[in-house]
Amino acid sequence: MVPADLHYTKDHEWVRVDGDEATVGITAYAADQLGDIVFVELPEAGRSVTQFAAFGVVESVKAVSDLFAPLTGEVATANDALAGSPELVNSDPYGDGWMVRIRLSERGELDELLDATAYDALIAAG
Amino acid sequence: MTETSLQTLHETPLQDRHVALGARLIDFAGWQMPVQYAGILEEHRAVRERAGLFDLSHMGELFVEGPEAGSALAYAVVTNPPSLAEGRAQYSMIVAPNGGILDDLIVYHLAADRFLVVANASNAQVVSDLLAERLSGFKAVLDDRSLATALVAIQGPRSVEILRPLTDVDLDALRYYAIAEGSVAGIPALVARTGYTGEDGFEVFVDTGRAVALWDALMAGGEGHGLAPIGLGARDTLRLEAGMPLYGNELDPTTNPFEAGLGRVVKLDKPDDFVGRAALEKVAREGVDRKLVGIVLRGRGIARHGYPIHAGEPVSGVVTSGTQSPTLGQAIAMGYVATPDAEPGTMIDVEIRGQRVPAEVVALPFYRRAR
Repeated sequence: MVPADLHYTKDHEWVRVDGDEATVGITAYAADQLGDIVFVELPEAGRSVTQFAAFGVVESVKAVSDLFAPLTGEVATANDALAGSPELVNSDPYGDGWMVRIRLSERGELDELLDATAYDALIAAG
Repeated sequence: MTETSLQTLHETPLQDRHVALGARLIDFAGWQMPVQYAGILEEHRAVRERAGLFDLSHMGELFVEGPEAGSALAYAVVTNPPSLAEGRAQYSMIVAPNGGILDDLIVYHLAADRFLVVANASNAQVVSDLLAERLSGFKAVLDDRSLATALVAIQGPRSVEILRPLTDVDLDALRYYAIAEGSVAGIPALVARTGYTGEDGFEVFVDTGRAVALWDALMAGGEGHGLAPIGLGARDTLRLEAGMPLYGNELDPTTNPFEAGLGRVVKLDKPDDFVGRAALEKVAREGVDRKLVGIVLRGRGIARHGYPIHAGEPVSGVVTSGTQSPTLGQAIAMGYVATPDAEPGTMIDVEIRGQRVPAEVVALPFYRRAR
């Protein structure tokens, strides 16, 4: 089971909403599918991101994958620890492997996201 | 050939073992192959520090036999197999008449009138057809035993300790790029001291029907030595660190051996004509416009296959392979650059997602084992 208190996208990002900020990362399923993550490219604070548009890149040993913003807003902080320790995305995807905090501008967009049950069903279907 | 065989994905005889070991399987050159088991980084480290076991049964094993087997091969490939001592091997290539590389090969001299040519899985059929064609007129026959032969490689510093108690081949007498006939775990085998990882190691050829027994014996013998099964993912990072080209990335029909830095492999001084001679003599005389180089990124990012390379304004070339080197902890790549930019120490830019990232041309290999 994936953490029950998070929102999810079909692109395998997770979102933890805390007031008007949302913390974003990729799910354990995504991290496992990608394999050993060796590079993460994130936007700088202040940059705006748009729901479901690419905002960064995650690279495993073999492949390059885009990261998609689950929500529209402005980047409040990016997880600088991932520059030196990208493996945190594999070892702790819902914790120290978080990627960005976004200051939300469109709270209504949360309705577009999946809850834990729906996301579980999505990954169970492969 | 039946109609379905064109579409069916081949399974190696070790498919059940891979599934039981939790491998992730991918389609590769018409074969279902393990890309990773525990994870690419962990597998990579296992080979550098201990030993790894590879299923390479997808590769092509082409036996060439007959009184003129040696001279037939000397016509068919760019090296001079008759000059090989019996029991020795050489890296070689088969090229088109225009000098373009159709595959890179290992040629083993097994006995007076018997050679083994090992081809990449993706080119096994092409090479088999080419050899059959180029052998005509010589007293030599081709025996394509690709599907009848399984190949298991054991690579890494502890591979000799693991293999020694299982084989009657004298491993101390078996030098790098040598091959001997014997048995492993009681199974008739050809044992070669060759590989594609930059480590000491062996490649063991057996009949397909004996592959599972061979694999199980090596896995059991490797217990206590930290032997790990290794997929194609780590095979790629290992060969890249070792500066070894991969057909389809560094080598293809539009590339000649001199561009790939493999001019020394082409034996222009061998006595008789061979396919590609005229074209390659011209290249050797006139030089090349582009060269394969090693690249280390000096800025942030990872260079990948197909990324453009700039040196000043004009596009200088293209990245052919790139990854984050598990051993060195930096982004490494190979690629083609214009000849004036090929000197080690030259600063170039790799274009990564529209951004130019500084990088340096370096001598290959990136990694060389301590001997």
